[in-house]
Amino acid sequence: MQIDLATRILDRNERLAAENRARFDAAGVFVLDLMASPGAGKTSTILATIAALRDRYRIAVIEGDIASKVDAEKVKAHGIPAVQINTGGACHLESDMIKRAVDTLSLDELDLIIIENVGNLVCPTDFNLGEDAKVMILSVPEGHDKPYKYPGIFQISEAVILNKVDTMHFFDFDEEEFTTVVRSLNPASPIFRVAATKGEGIAEWAEWLAARIDAKKSALPTAQSPGVS
Amino acid sequence: MHEMGITQGILDASFLAAQKAGATRITEICVSIGELTEVVDFALQFAFEALTPDTMAEGAVLTITMVSAKSRCRDCELEFEHDRFEMLCPSCGSLNVEPLQGREMQIDSIEADNESTEE
Repeated sequence: MQIDLATRILDRNERLAAENRARFDAAGVFVLDLMASPGAGKTSTILATIAALRDRYRIAVIEGDIASKVDAEKVKAHGIPAVQINTGGACHLESDMIKRAVDTLSLDELDLIIIENVGNLVCPTDFNLGEDAKVMILSVPEGHDKPYKYPGIFQISEAVILNKVDTMHFFDFDEEEFTTVVRSLNPASPIFRVAATKGEGIAEWAEWLAARIDAKKSALPTAQSPGVS
Repeated sequence: MHEMGITQGILDASFLAAQKAGATRITEICVSIGELTEVVDFALQFAFEALTPDTMAEGAVLTITMVSAKSRCRDCELEFEHDRFEMLCPSCGSLNVEPLQGREMQIDSIEADNESTEE
């Protein structure tokens, strides 16, 4: 017998993502899924973003890594709640992992959750986590040709952060070509040039994120005022 | 290598559908995969072969239909197929295009039977 299904393959993940999103929306928390290669500067960018926004918003971080608690410890050292997820080999985060991590956070006491996805330019693109925005980082040493090789992640990202711009003169990085290719893959996404460890360019990126957080807050039925209480 | 998790998703949904229909064996699973996803067909086949032994889908065939990417130009209304890199409207050159298909990851149908009644 033939049985017609017409079911999404990742139906379970999509359902859990919808549940996560409903919880985030009810609490008015903006959730960012940050994706990049290993070593692109995800944690440094998160720390710089926290420094820029911590006076305005209550922030928590969910760290996804194959193994270790190194990244969560780094974030906690700055007095920010952090939950470490160890995927134990899996190359991306899925919605059930986010659900378990979120269970340990007090959503009502947060305005922003930054999810640091597993270092990978491929797999995270196909998995919805219930986030409000997916954003990616590419670092200068990785090369300007990466949008050709990994178009999917550039297409799905609502903003692209170009990190380590302070090292531009050491590398054969053609920024004009990079910008042209990213624009053709994803015309709507802004590109933020930053040097996260030096704080360079972070203000512009942080303002983009702040505008998104504020927009979500103001769309809440009972408009809560964001900010540290 | 997220194809392993995707394949497990395909199998979980297929087993459930087959059991609901009273079937005991699955002989074929048909899926559609969009060209714009990060799913690689041979990796999916590899994972399928690794995950199906000792299940009701042991020996089943996985049939994959790749769905080409298609977009519509918001400026001149043209609908066009394209690869991952040619998002420009081929008629007016606009980048203001709306994706119509190419991100599918769907189980279309399964072929199942009941060994005890059909043998």
